[in-house]
Amino acid sequence: MLHIKDLHANIDGTEILKGLSLDIKPGEIHAIMGPNGSGKSTLASVLAGNEDYEITGGSVTFGDKDLLDLSTEDRAREGLFLAFQYPVEIPGVSNINFLRTAVNEIRQYKGEEPMSAGDFLKLVKERSALVELDGKLANRSVNEGFSGGEKKRNEVFQMAMLEPKLAILDETDSGLDIDALKIVAQGVNAMRSPERSFVVITHYQRLLDYIVPDFVHVLYKGKIVKSGSKELALELEARGYDWIKEEVSA
Amino acid sequence: MAYAGDDELLEHVTGKEYEFGFTTNIESDKAPPGLNEGTIRLISQKKNEPEWLLEWRLEAFRIWSEMVEPEWAHVQYEKPDFQAISYYSAPKKKAQLNSLDEVDPELRRTMEKLGISMEEQKRLSGVAVDFVLDSVSVATSFKEKLGELGIIFCSMSDAVQEHPELVKKYLGSVVPKTDNFYAALNSAVFTDGSFCYIPKGVRCPMELSTYFRINEAGTGQFERTLVIADESSYVSYLEGCTAPSRDENQLHAAVVELIALDHAEIKYSTVQNWYPGDENGKGGVFNFVTKRGICHLRSKISWTQVETGSAITWKYPSCILKGDHSVGEFYSVAVTNKRQQADTGTKMIHIGKNTNSTIISKGISSGYSQNSYRGLVQINKSAKNARNFSQCDSLLMTDHCGAHTFPYIEVKNSSAKVEHEATTSKIGEDQIFYCLQRGISEEKAISLIVNGYAKDVLNKLPMEFAVEAQKLLAISLEGSVG
Ligand SMILES: Nc1ncnc2c1ncn2[C@@H]1O[C@H](COP(=O)(O)OP(=O)(O)O)[C@@H](O)[C@H]1O
Ligand SMILES: [Mg+2]
Repeated sequence: MLHIKDLHANIDGTEILKGLSLDIKPGEIHAIMGPNGSGKSTLASVLAGNEDYEITGGSVTFGDKDLLDLSTEDRAREGLFLAFQYPVEIPGVSNINFLRTAVNEIRQYKGEEPMSAGDFLKLVKERSALVELDGKLANRSVNEGFSGGEKKRNEVFQMAMLEPKLAILDETDSGLDIDALKIVAQGVNAMRSPERSFVVITHYQRLLDYIVPDFVHVLYKGKIVKSGSKELALELEARGYDWIKEEVSA
Repeated sequence: MAYAGDDELLEHVTGKEYEFGFTTNIESDKAPPGLNEGTIRLISQKKNEPEWLLEWRLEAFRIWSEMVEPEWAHVQYEKPDFQAISYYSAPKKKAQLNSLDEVDPELRRTMEKLGISMEEQKRLSGVAVDFVLDSVSVATSFKEKLGELGIIFCSMSDAVQEHPELVKKYLGSVVPKTDNFYAALNSAVFTDGSFCYIPKGVRCPMELSTYFRINEAGTGQFERTLVIADESSYVSYLEGCTAPSRDENQLHAAVVELIALDHAEIKYSTVQNWYPGDENGKGGVFNFVTKRGICHLRSKISWTQVETGSAITWKYPSCILKGDHSVGEFYSVAVTNKRQQADTGTKMIHIGKNTNSTIISKGISSGYSQNSYRGLVQINKSAKNARNFSQCDSLLMTDHCGAHTFPYIEVKNSSAKVEHEATTSKIGEDQIFYCLQRGISEEKAISLIVNGYAKDVLNKLPMEFAVEAQKLLAISLEGSVG
């Protein structure tokens, strides 16, 4: 579903991704871990199409499309979703109006009719329940005045509404207490399916107790330096990253 | 910022002709250019006016002749040549119209192009439309229904003929001839406009709406509007306009006077979309308007405006809060793009006790435009316990545009409470990226963000107008981020 080959990306002339490769098949969950500043959010931004970054090499295919050829909005419409590490606030735009616009633009792209108001509201009710989001949040402005935890839950709620093929969750667990973490994980797990893949970026293996990954990768200095099964996350938790850094420099 | 497709979008928008840039070929009966006492006598005679009104006009002309054009607004332009303007033009076919079928087919087409087909207006929204084309009203609807309630809604010319006592009593009572340069000019040469009177205790059951349109090349437009809400009455009045594109600048100097008698309420909403001029600001409408209302005991006046058009806008809808416990409100969204210049705001003059005013101004600047808010809150000595809240926000879409805020506050009574808040922000690339990542196009993203920003004001508009206004904001700002 997603093939990243030898990807290189710069920001303001500094190379951040330095030959990153990754293969994700439908239905798989890949966890990406790594020390701060290793390029995890950069990878997410580059895949989503943030034009602050310049792609200097490599290729990315998404389904049968050349991802790097698509505009940001078309990547989203093709089914790529990014749950932001820092979701922005959009004052005066209700969450519900925002999502309705998104849902219908995606449907239009696929040649489908806009969703009826009734069906839409039903879906909102069902999907917001997955992350135990208070119904009232739907009518509040996008992320405005939301607590940190509410913002993260709202990202997962949006993901559940847009039903992407690939969801990238960028530190969706950071700043969450254990209860909120369980709620977020429960929302993600409810959306798991044989067709839908996830990239879960996290610092802590704690999240991976609830969202169990098929693979764990360590991103360090812009490259994936180690891959393994979920046990790798436990090892990282116990031993930290130093041994990886040593392995890399050896 | 350079999202994919940005350039195409810009090209598409800049290449786009002004949407309503067409003219109508209705034969007109037009005065030669120039302004002197003779011109004024001609206008008055053509309109078959009573002697007192001619004298009133002539006095206004004398006052105007001694005035100098104001310089203080934060705008720059080449001053109009007042002698090059023709001050009177009327469609030749001026017949009594009993139904839409009798309306000139050319005019009907104009209305349809404007998207305000009267049939539709009538059917969908129950709006009575008094369509003003080139200074002479040619179609009036719903007159009968309103008549049953004693509501008068007609052209100013008709009001002068049919209700001279009301016109004589209130004309110039809120905006005197001496008020300012353009108001004096308007008083001398106004040719038409709308008149509305709501009798005591009557709640007008529908939104009253007038669409203005400047039509003849080189014809100045001097509208005069008078709305009188008698004791304990209510009216919601809508004003919307659009104009054909032109090479020479078109001057528009309207005067609007509102009178809210004891316990009455007037809601006055405007969506203004006049031709803003081309890329270099050439050819747009000059919009110099004086709008003011007076509030008597426990009455209320709300001005709501969405300003997107004109090359230059100079406009300060104001409230004189004369009666105790009276309320004045001003809600404004002003969009400037390209080379547009807007200097708008309001004046709230508190005279009565316990008077209350609210000002919400949302400026949106794009392109190379200049957008200024100028507001005066004046609390007189007599205005015990007066309250004002002002919020003036500016949103910048590009690095080349300007937003300016000039709040003036004069407080002469120490029991007053005046609060002023102001913010300036640039439209967020991160907000747009967030929208794009959810599959929303850049155009829609801007529209969402801008409409969200202006929501507090748009919410004050009557429903059908709000929808129109949202579309207008989106059109005015398409592809304008940079
Ligand atoms: N504008 C920039 N210019 C240069 N370096 C940058 C810029 N923005 C981010 N970086 C660097 O990119 C690296 C990767 O950042 P990021 O992808 O956010 O890491 P992570 O998400 O793994 O913590 C960091 O070292 C950061 O300092
Ligand atoms: Mg990060």
